[in-house]
Amino acid sequence: MRLTQGTFSFLPDLTDDEIRLQIEYALAHEWPLSIEFTDDPHPRNTYWEMWGLPMFDLQDPDALLDEVRACRDEHPEHYVRVVAYDASLGRQTVALSFLVNRPSEEPGLRLERQEGKDRQIAYTTHAYATDRPSGQRYGRHGSHDGARGNGDGRG
Amino acid sequence: MADRWSAGVIPYAELGYWQPDYEPKDTDILCAFRVTPQEGVPPEEAGAAVAGESSTATWTVVWTDRLTTFDHYQAKCYRVDAVPGVDGQWIAYIAYDLDLFEEGSIANLTSSIIGNVFGFKPLKALRLEDMRIPTHFVKTFQGPPHGIVQEREYLNKFGRPLLGATTRPKLGLSSRNYGRVVYEALRGGLDFTRDDENVSSQPSMRWRDRYLACMEAVNKAQAETGEVKGHYLNITAGDMEDMYERAEFARDLGSVIVMVDLTVGYTAIQSMSKWARRNGVILHLHRAGHATYTRQKNHGVSFRVISKWMRLAGVDHIHAGAAVGKLEGDPASVHGFYDVLRKNSYTADPSKGLFFDQEWASMPATLPVAAGGIHAGQMHQLLHHLGEDTILQFGGSTIGHPMGIAQGAEANRVAVEAMIKARNEGRDYLAEGADILREAGKRNKPLEMALSTWSDITFDYASTDTVDATPTP
Repeated sequence: MRLTQGTFSFLPDLTDDEIRLQIEYALAHEWPLSIEFTDDPHPRNTYWEMWGLPMFDLQDPDALLDEVRACRDEHPEHYVRVVAYDASLGRQTVALSFLVNRPSEEPGLRLERQEGKDRQIAYTTHAYATDRPSGQRYGRHGSHDGARGNGDGRG
Repeated sequence: MADRWSAGVIPYAELGYWQPDYEPKDTDILCAFRVTPQEGVPPEEAGAAVAGESSTATWTVVWTDRLTTFDHYQAKCYRVDAVPGVDGQWIAYIAYDLDLFEEGSIANLTSSIIGNVFGFKPLKALRLEDMRIPTHFVKTFQGPPHGIVQEREYLNKFGRPLLGATTRPKLGLSSRNYGRVVYEALRGGLDFTRDDENVSSQPSMRWRDRYLACMEAVNKAQAETGEVKGHYLNITAGDMEDMYERAEFARDLGSVIVMVDLTVGYTAIQSMSKWARRNGVILHLHRAGHATYTRQKNHGVSFRVISKWMRLAGVDHIHAGAAVGKLEGDPASVHGFYDVLRKNSYTADPSKGLFFDQEWASMPATLPVAAGGIHAGQMHQLLHHLGEDTILQFGGSTIGHPMGIAQGAEANRVAVEAMIKARNEGRDYLAEGADILREAGKRNKPLEMALSTWSDITFDYASTDTVDATPTP
């Protein structure tokens, strides 16, 4: 399967030049950027690991792109997303969020049905990858997590 | 003063309902009415009559007024302007003291303001064009149970319009077949599907069977894509007890959203809004029936007023026009409706039909829904007119796609993502829209097919409800 979370998942994966243009768009709107990664693709998995803090003061698109590359290099078999945040009154939420890396293989999610009374079914969505511990879920040997000490408790 | 209290009939203007020197208070509710007086009725008298009949007056002098501070309770027509370019019509501005209304009740507000007065004989026609709701009154409502920000966080979808489709045909499908349409459209790329306004619980498909089939489809599509999906389950029914029963069943099945029709009435909508907040379920409103009173320019209630009432009453979504497509929706008017629903504050803008400033005091915003004869080939125009915070409902162009429903959904999703990407990259997406879509279509067969099927389809008719720009008060 192809996980289609994020603003551009129905398009071909963005090139670095294309990622840079989106970063510039966010900066032009004064939206600080942050980078997050995960190996749990569940649609309700809100809190991906933070690649450091949101880069409130980083205005250089090249430097931001370097951070994207660094995160990707360290977590080549994770989902990585760039998040642009709009702190203006009335929004104070994510303005744009798009994937910049995905595992080489995406086994997808399984739908589990628990049959109940009166034909009601309780549904659970289960990511195949999460049967293995975090950090060993995708790729041949899993990816090596947390070497930079990102406060995720595994560094 | 003796004359003022003589038994008999005195013109409203002389009873205190016409006060050209009145300075509206910050706390007043203000209304702009388009009045078409009968021959021989001066516009000031017509405006005063509207003020009187929508507040404290009756047709004749009553001595019991003198038991009250009557001038406090009288609504005051303070200004009358001729409508530019239209003979015999005036905009009457009327101020109402807050004490005329019960807090937190759309029913009471509308019983006053549009109660009896629309049938008043001295007027040929009457239209409520706009209202200014003071913050003091806004704050007696909680508004949308979630609002745009909370809904986006709940769905984990940011930076682009959401996409939906209405199941077709809307009546006649069995629940099994109906769920098939839902599943295909959601797995193909839409965020939402929905019941149409007249789908409730007909013999061909009862509500419970439909809910079960739709939630199977929603959950299956969710697992296949890793995205949150939803189907607006219409809970509109004959009474509140049935509505609650259906809403609770939808909630128990895990639906993120339910829908209700405008036909259920303002009080029922406010009840469902409370329920939706209590249960964490998004509330979608279909504006079924509105065009019977919103479309004609000389009589009725403008949709910008309905939009304002519904944001107060508390709905998360409302159909508000598409500017392009098959349904009424003059672009300038639609921009005005969208401002009412989405902005936290705005200033009067006659070019959009907005007569007054409005301050929403951080009330959550209602997400406008655009539907009716729209397709992927119009994506640049839709984004230009409607912006990012909207739901684009592509019913026919999803389900009628030559390659299949999922492919129709995919075409729409690819089109919206390609357009957002191009806009963010700094391209002049409105001028280059057709090229942007064509380029995206080269890499995506369903989009290419959608463009070749519908590109030339437009509904090019003059709008009935257009803005007659009037000066700002």
